[in-house]
Amino acid sequence: MRSLGKYVIFMGSLFTRRETFSTYIRLITQECINVGYNSLFIVGIVSIFMGAVTTIQTAFNLVSPFIPDYVISLVVRDMAILELSPTIIAIIFAGKVGSSIAGELGTMRITEQIDALEVMGINASSYLVLPKVIACVVMYPMLVILSIFLILLGGYFAGTLTGILSSVDYLYGIRYEFIEFNITFAVIKALVFSFLIASISSYKGFFTTGGSLEVGKASTSAVTNSCIAVLLADYALAQLLMG
Amino acid sequence: MIEINNISKSFKGKQVLFNISGTFFKGKNNLIIGSSGTGKSVLLKNIVGLFTPDLGDVKYNERSFINGSEQDRKQIRREIGMLFQGGALFDSKNIEENVKFPLDILTDFPEDEKIDRVNFCLERVGLVNINKKMPSEISGGMKKRVGIARAIVNKPNYLFCDEPNSGLDPQTGIKIDNLIKEITSEYLITTIIVTHDMNSVIEMGDHIMFLLEGKKLWEGTNDEITKSDIKELNDFVFATQLMKQMYLR
Repeated sequence: MRSLGKYVIFMGSLFTRRETFSTYIRLITQECINVGYNSLFIVGIVSIFMGAVTTIQTAFNLVSPFIPDYVISLVVRDMAILELSPTIIAIIFAGKVGSSIAGELGTMRITEQIDALEVMGINASSYLVLPKVIACVVMYPMLVILSIFLILLGGYFAGTLTGILSSVDYLYGIRYEFIEFNITFAVIKALVFSFLIASISSYKGFFTTGGSLEVGKASTSAVTNSCIAVLLADYALAQLLMG
Repeated sequence: MIEINNISKSFKGKQVLFNISGTFFKGKNNLIIGSSGTGKSVLLKNIVGLFTPDLGDVKYNERSFINGSEQDRKQIRREIGMLFQGGALFDSKNIEENVKFPLDILTDFPEDEKIDRVNFCLERVGLVNINKKMPSEISGGMKKRVGIARAIVNKPNYLFCDEPNSGLDPQTGIKIDNLIKEITSEYLITTIIVTHDMNSVIEMGDHIMFLLEGKKLWEGTNDEITKSDIKELNDFVFATQLMKQMYLR
């Protein structure tokens, strides 16, 4: 409870004693490149392979002649939109971006760089953390949308090149009984997950004490706590929006 | 001038500072000395506002830093420069960007004026042609010099140095001490230096405060420090053979 209270106060401190708008624009742009553009490769690779594997495994389990082939791509589509892209990519995102945020802030803390900002009269939490949180919340939903597309693309190549199903069946399946709200649901999940990952990792890094060993611990703790928070939020959102 | 009145500070129930009062003078090198773990850095952090004291007040030229308004604190912070133990340079910025940073945040000078000021300060601390280097590419002594340049770039009225020559070889340490001494008298600023290095005390200590276990035990000049009859102070001052040979002969 004490940590939760400290986290809430920390989040509140992001919006006090702010810097100029132009300062934030510059910092947010830089952070968008760090958290978004620099995550494209890992998100792309993971998504394509998840799509390919999901297609093959779904086909392997749907052996009944009464189930049409296009159901395979329908299953891949719904899994990608509802769970694989927002949630599994969030776990990857926590590992890459969350640990990086905690490590960066932790190192700044133990090398007194954060103290240097405070002495200059800068609200270090607002200056360092707010741009990271905003950049994550802006960039992660875009990564999720890209991931959905790449999962479907990976599934298409795996399905058609191995002869599991035809191109026509695959394309029919991904359009069959499409529910538009699922995309909105995925974006809502992405917004919530990215906020949790950025804020928890920042919190863990910002309050690091000690030396390099503690920075490593803070990074590990940031990833662990972010993943747990994402999974809890995933369940809560599913219950809230689809239950 | 900086005045501290009855500063007390504790962490998790353990009291670290006990009712410390004192005055730090303009244009002087004011030293806070004492053994490791005696509360010197904690006192300095209370003075600059990185910690808030449990009790007491800090006044910068009669302006209260602890009990003053947010606007007062903001103004006082603009007048402060600080050199940290490790330099505390921002890893992601090059030397020029590091030194220019306070000007970017605290002023609206035109860019060329900022660069001129940065070059002047770097030259003042004896560093040329390193503007585009990253902090990881320069030595510890150079980092301290860059730290000093960053501390003075916005023409501060108050300069704080936390163990400025720790981790440096004696020659470089003396150069850093002399630089701080020159800057203090040149710009007439109030400088507070935390150190446990007796070389610094003898070389540059205009006004010295000795702490022991979180309490102020002695205050005076560097001429007086060797003539004190306080045992704990003498133990600290004459801890090395060199000091004993110099003064007890």
